[in-house]
Amino acid sequence: MSFTRRDTLRLAMGTAVAAAVPFKVFADVDADVAAFTEGAEIGEGGITLVAPEIAENGNTVPIEVDAPGAVAILVLATGNPTPAVGTFNFGPLAGAQMASTRIRLAGTQDVLAIAKMADGTFVQARQEVKVTIGGCGG
Amino acid sequence: MADNVTPRIRVPREASAGETITIKTLISHPMESGQRKDGDGNVIPRSIINRFTCDFNGQNVIDVTMEPAISTNPFLEFQAVVPEAGTFVFTWYDDDGDIYTEEKEIAVS
Repeated sequence: MSFTRRDTLRLAMGTAVAAAVPFKVFADVDADVAAFTEGAEIGEGGITLVAPEIAENGNTVPIEVDAPGAVAILVLATGNPTPAVGTFNFGPLAGAQMASTRIRLAGTQDVLAIAKMADGTFVQARQEVKVTIGGCGG
Repeated sequence: MADNVTPRIRVPREASAGETITIKTLISHPMESGQRKDGDGNVIPRSIINRFTCDFNGQNVIDVTMEPAISTNPFLEFQAVVPEAGTFVFTWYDDDGDIYTEEKEIAVS
């Protein structure tokens, strides 16, 4: 099989689009992280993210975040069209810096939780969730 | 306004002073993400609850910013300290400007 000029162009365009899409997603995640941390370094440990390893239905995936001593926790779904999931800000009467909720995941991806500690440092936890049926409709 | 928005909250009836209690809330709401399309290919506009707050006697317990990735009928579970008897005020803020408020009293034994 020989490639005509038209075929080659089409192939090249397809590759370019495929390469551009994941790049854009990562750029969104980075932008959300940067907006939350304002460029500070992110450590590990001190935060727990509980999410199922396999979620059959991406429409309701139960997650739980727990970071003792945190003032705020940001949750991101790195593979969603809009990665931001939510931010939990804890007030003076919060009994523990934990919260659980249910989220939507478009497909198999990493869920990322970043906690802002009272002393201004940041820690993160990451967990991969395999999604059988995605939850973004369309 | 989204139809049939009903908040449901579970707070213990009483607690001892300084005790940490678990609160569960659920509000029925479609949380339309703005990503879905209807049968004709038109995008269904986003309509979600974008913020939830819980206060106890005027002091904040938790303030949650919610994005479209929160599931239909948003469920939240969190913990609060009860220093004295009083009232929890739960507030949900809808994209269309509606505000849903619910109060729960707790006694201290």
